[in-house]
Amino acid sequence: MLTYTFRRLLLSIPTLLFIAFVIFMLLELAPGDPMGQMPLTIPDEVKQRMREALGLGEPWYIRFGLWLYQFFVVEPQYWIDSAFGTNFADGKQRIISFQSRSPVFDTIAQRLPQTLWVVGMSYVVGVAIALPIGIISAYRQYSVFDQAGTFISMIGFSVPPFFSGVLVIVIFSVQLGWLPSIYDTTHQVVDWETFKFQLRQMIMPVMVLALQTTAQVSRYMRASMLDNLGQDYVRTARAKGMSESVVVLKHVVRNSMIPVVTVIALGLPAIFGGAIITEQIFKVNGLGQLLILALQGADIPMVMTITFLLAVLIVLMNLIADVLYGVLDPRIRYD
Amino acid sequence: MPDRAQPILDVQGLKTVFQTRGGEVHAVNNVSFDLAPGELLGVVGESGSGKSVTMMSLLGLLPSPPADVRDGTVMFQGRDLLKLDLRELRRVRGGEVGFVFQDPMTSLNPVFNVGMQIMEPLRKHMGMSKKAAAARAQELLELVGIPDAKQRLLDYPHQFSGGMRQRVMIAIALACDPKVLIADEPTTALDVTIQAQILELMKDLRDKLGMAVIWITHDLGVIAGIADRVIVMYGGQVVEHAPVRELFANPAHPYTRALLKTIPKIHGAREKRLTIIEGQPPILNAHPTACPFLDRCDVAMPVCARKNPQRFEVNAHHDAACFHADPLEVAHAG
Repeated sequence: MLTYTFRRLLLSIPTLLFIAFVIFMLLELAPGDPMGQMPLTIPDEVKQRMREALGLGEPWYIRFGLWLYQFFVVEPQYWIDSAFGTNFADGKQRIISFQSRSPVFDTIAQRLPQTLWVVGMSYVVGVAIALPIGIISAYRQYSVFDQAGTFISMIGFSVPPFFSGVLVIVIFSVQLGWLPSIYDTTHQVVDWETFKFQLRQMIMPVMVLALQTTAQVSRYMRASMLDNLGQDYVRTARAKGMSESVVVLKHVVRNSMIPVVTVIALGLPAIFGGAIITEQIFKVNGLGQLLILALQGADIPMVMTITFLLAVLIVLMNLIADVLYGVLDPRIRYD
Repeated sequence: MPDRAQPILDVQGLKTVFQTRGGEVHAVNNVSFDLAPGELLGVVGESGSGKSVTMMSLLGLLPSPPADVRDGTVMFQGRDLLKLDLRELRRVRGGEVGFVFQDPMTSLNPVFNVGMQIMEPLRKHMGMSKKAAAARAQELLELVGIPDAKQRLLDYPHQFSGGMRQRVMIAIALACDPKVLIADEPTTALDVTIQAQILELMKDLRDKLGMAVIWITHDLGVIAGIADRVIVMYGGQVVEHAPVRELFANPAHPYTRALLKTIPKIHGAREKRLTIIEGQPPILNAHPTACPFLDRCDVAMPVCARKNPQRFEVNAHHDAACFHADPLEVAHAG
């Protein structure tokens, strides 16, 4: 297993380099001008000089090489410096955003907590609700509970967050006035009251996003449970005199989790991408919002870096899902 | 011959019906039999004759719905198993009655090691500690002839061959010293040499442990080699019941005779084709009002279409559900 993991990690290096290249070339080919949002009063020659100052005068392979160098060498050096007080990165250029002129990673570090709080929490909540729903739906197939679960999943699948988000704002913020409609990023949790406020401002975005996660994961769980409930080993467990809770929650769930864990792990990178639309609706200034603003401003280093980080996470989660698969299912051997 | 006066299991008038979209299916109709302590009872019949359903009905192992055990009594140790609540029934399952199923490839849980699967009933029914259960599990694996038992406890089912897995299944069934072991076609999925090994093992274990065994099969050769007494099932009913020698020497039901004819013979002139029983088993969508074997019977009489024969006594330990065995009907026809 260890050699397998190591081999996969090594293999992911060329994969990621290729992905970086594709993202870079796509951004290179895409229309858009970092100077597009500059005032029209600035003369064209000045704009041209500003472009060159941003390094856009260099050919693409130089810029791609520099980005790789900055991403893989300078940034880690900088982190090491700030962690241990060394000075490896002295005088070296970090990846700088075209828009804010500040290091890309600093902005990402500012935005990450909001995204993790809201989107990450929604994923945890979504999965935590989905698993029991899937288990009960399968165990009581075609019961009222199962039908209700199917109905809710259908809603989760088919109603987009830009609709459900606005809907809950209209109901809970505008009509009932229970919850704030705008997420206050500057809010600090220091005591019980501020914690309660944090919970209240999180409820709506978390629920809107969790509905989608629940819809998906509960369906997978239900299908996987149904596959396993009809297996012979379930009859064996009953014939051994095991109680229904042991039969279902131990024997069947353990088997059913194998494919579902993969689905859950592969869904994780999406959290870090933020929820672009939901973050916009609730004014959460997380990574999703950052990405969309960077795209609008043709902020190539920012877009490139966020997209590439997502790619890294996807490759990593794929690897983790495969390893987990081997851990959960003794029949899988990688060596 | 084991003592039949005090049966350990006494089934009377068992009736199981499946509710399906196409209506009811009467899978088990008025089945009665008993089992003496230490006896090995063979149950034969073709696919769909209700053998497995009968045995699963005894312990409520059929999923309900669609299955519905409608009628009958199953007396075991002075209790009617059909009237027990689920908690008491679970104590019987795996504790006092062990089950071995047909397909060892799928009957074990693939994600747990076999040690855990053997220890599970031990800990539940005998209240053993983890350590005691592990020791007993090792003993059981040795009992069913798995070498290097201590190591093998940690192995997963996929690391065992088919025959070895069936031995593990038997070890699980035997774990709590059951009084009755129900083996539902335990050798059907295995090849012939492994089958012979498992048969030998079962005979051996029965003698050693003194439990009663119900052995379901459609292989008369297996029955001849292992059983004390046989019931033949057809169309959800017991059509003949006799000690094993008597059954082979003097079959009284036309179905049993036809079944015996289908056994290919090794000696003598080679037949061009294997003998078969013409026709199909009956579709059991209503409570039978005629003999279920009527369509395929070569000695059918007018009365067979009017009434479903009860089990008539052929001699002291032998009965058959055929009007040819009814002294009244024979006298009438003669």
